[in-house]
Amino acid sequence: MGAWAIAVHGGAGVDPNLPKERQEEAKRLLTHCLDIGISALRSNLPAIDVVELVVRELETDPLFNSGRGSALTDNGTVEMEASIMDGPKRRCGAVSGLSTVKNPVSLARLVMDKSPHSYLAFSGAEDFAKKQGVELVDNEYFITEDNVGMLKLAKEANSILFDYRIPTIGTCGAGAAAMESPLQMNGLPISVYAPETVGCVVVDKEGRCAAATSTGGLVNKMTGRIGDSPLIGSGTYACDLCGVSCTGEGEAIIRSTLAREVGAVMEYKGLNLPEAVDFVIKNRLDEGKAGLIAVSKNGEVACGFNTTGMFRGCATEDGFMEVGVW
Amino acid sequence: MGWAIALHGGAGDIPHSLPPDRRLPREAGLRHCLDVGIAALKAHKHPLDVVELVVRELENYPHFNAGKGSVLTSSGTVEMEASIMDGKSKKCGAVSSLSTVVNAVSLARLVMEKTPHIYLGFHGAEAFAREQGVETADPSYFITPENIERLKQAQDANRVQIDYTQPVQKEAKDAAATIPNGDSQIGTVGCVAVDSEGNLASATSTGGLVNKMAGRIGDSPIIGAGTYANHLCAVSATGKGEAMIRGTVARDVAAVMEFKGLSLKEAAAYVIDQVPPGNAGLVAVSSTGEIATVFNTTGMFRACASEDGYSEVAIWDSPLK
Repeated sequence: MGAWAIAVHGGAGVDPNLPKERQEEAKRLLTHCLDIGISALRSNLPAIDVVELVVRELETDPLFNSGRGSALTDNGTVEMEASIMDGPKRRCGAVSGLSTVKNPVSLARLVMDKSPHSYLAFSGAEDFAKKQGVELVDNEYFITEDNVGMLKLAKEANSILFDYRIPTIGTCGAGAAAMESPLQMNGLPISVYAPETVGCVVVDKEGRCAAATSTGGLVNKMTGRIGDSPLIGSGTYACDLCGVSCTGEGEAIIRSTLAREVGAVMEYKGLNLPEAVDFVIKNRLDEGKAGLIAVSKNGEVACGFNTTGMFRGCATEDGFMEVGVW
Repeated sequence: MGWAIALHGGAGDIPHSLPPDRRLPREAGLRHCLDVGIAALKAHKHPLDVVELVVRELENYPHFNAGKGSVLTSSGTVEMEASIMDGKSKKCGAVSSLSTVVNAVSLARLVMEKTPHIYLGFHGAEAFAREQGVETADPSYFITPENIERLKQAQDANRVQIDYTQPVQKEAKDAAATIPNGDSQIGTVGCVAVDSEGNLASATSTGGLVNKMAGRIGDSPIIGAGTYANHLCAVSATGKGEAMIRGTVARDVAAVMEFKGLSLKEAAAYVIDQVPPGNAGLVAVSSTGEIATVFNTTGMFRACASEDGYSEVAIWDSPLK
């Protein structure tokens, strides 16, 4: 019997000037989610249940961009997506275009377990949700003041923002922020960009890996826009060898099929997990910026990112635990 | 090393007893689309243009499951999806849940080139289509009597099909006896091409599974599953979407070439072998002009050609005629 390991993330690409209290808030939430996952693992819950549990927690908390607290579309609404994958047999489920489902990751799980398909979207997904009796709420439930503010800024700047703006001290506008920092994510100054997507990867004592990812997507995105998070092989992947969840520039992640890549180099090149993560981040992103968390069936955990920072936490059965931003 | 092209009209348990009135139009369609692709390559069109052009032809052809002739959802409607990818830049575009767009593959290309996004679905994709002024039609345009019959059969059997059962009345029982799970599977169209400079591209388009749940998305619009292209090869896959998604089939062909040093043909065979029998097929070309067409189903409607004069149209193992 092997050892368990777990990692969580709240998004990659962090403003170096992010106020300390926001960093602490994020770390507290990540720690809390890790604790939930660790308890579940100690109770012998299988990896697939643990990732769902943890991502539900991240969706429910409005701090990160998923579920409640999701970034808004150009119409001011929320459209959420998620995917989940179970390493053994590589079963998977994904959803997109959700507007009333309280926990998208759980609907993705139901697609995997209770439907003949792997991926459901928009009104079809919402109908399925009703039939399955999952908790549904009004779209307003997901919308937070922070995100309403960010959408306004994005429209003024007439560009896509990855996420919501971290409210900074003072009254600097997007323009001023642009001049302050040369760092960019997805064409935006890092001080305006904030990371999006949440995810969790787990390997349990039986060596089973699982992964799940959930997001509201890009602020000011076109309605109907689908990102990497619900795409198996891009934002999420799990197989016998590993479980991976990615975050960052959606286009870069899709073009490089980033999550699958980690598994592929392990499988076809024989790299171990840390080597695979390192290889993929260094060689597969080209000019794109992204990060990922991963676990292997051997109880290893690794994360990598070529962005400035990624909200993340990880823990292993031997007592190791770490939460970080940089 | 010259240009090469391969296209497909879907893999599945296409019975050898397929009656002429179903086989001949498809053969003709494959030949026609191959000719269109060859002419474009000879005219030095970029592979991205070539695959879009060929897939548009396949979509317009009512005998294949894409565009006009798409299979129907459980509600009797059509929901089309497609994706396209350029090997050199790895830029890609995808669309899902379209109901009025005549050529899904072209809308996918516009998503790639005219938006900051990769993938649009549903109302947003339809709205984008109107903004771009692409050709749209009433949803009824896409529906064919064949597909209405298929849906009825699937619903009677209370089953989701990869494609269609032979709607051949008196031979239905015979056909069912020879086909493993009673289904004949033809779903998806696609095209891959490489020019003499090694530029690669791939595109895939489909109406999906007969009797699918509304909103169900398959592998065709998923980069890495149904479509993939990089500097090594271009791949378009077909089969049971759910199996292609979990197997990241299109992506794996290139990965296996790169990491295991296999040739295109070996890589394609290796990957298809990993998918449960009866579920998958693909066409692929490499940067050096090789062609691979592999399937673990009874057959796959396909055609391919290369600059050295080779050309082939086939359904089952051996080329036709």
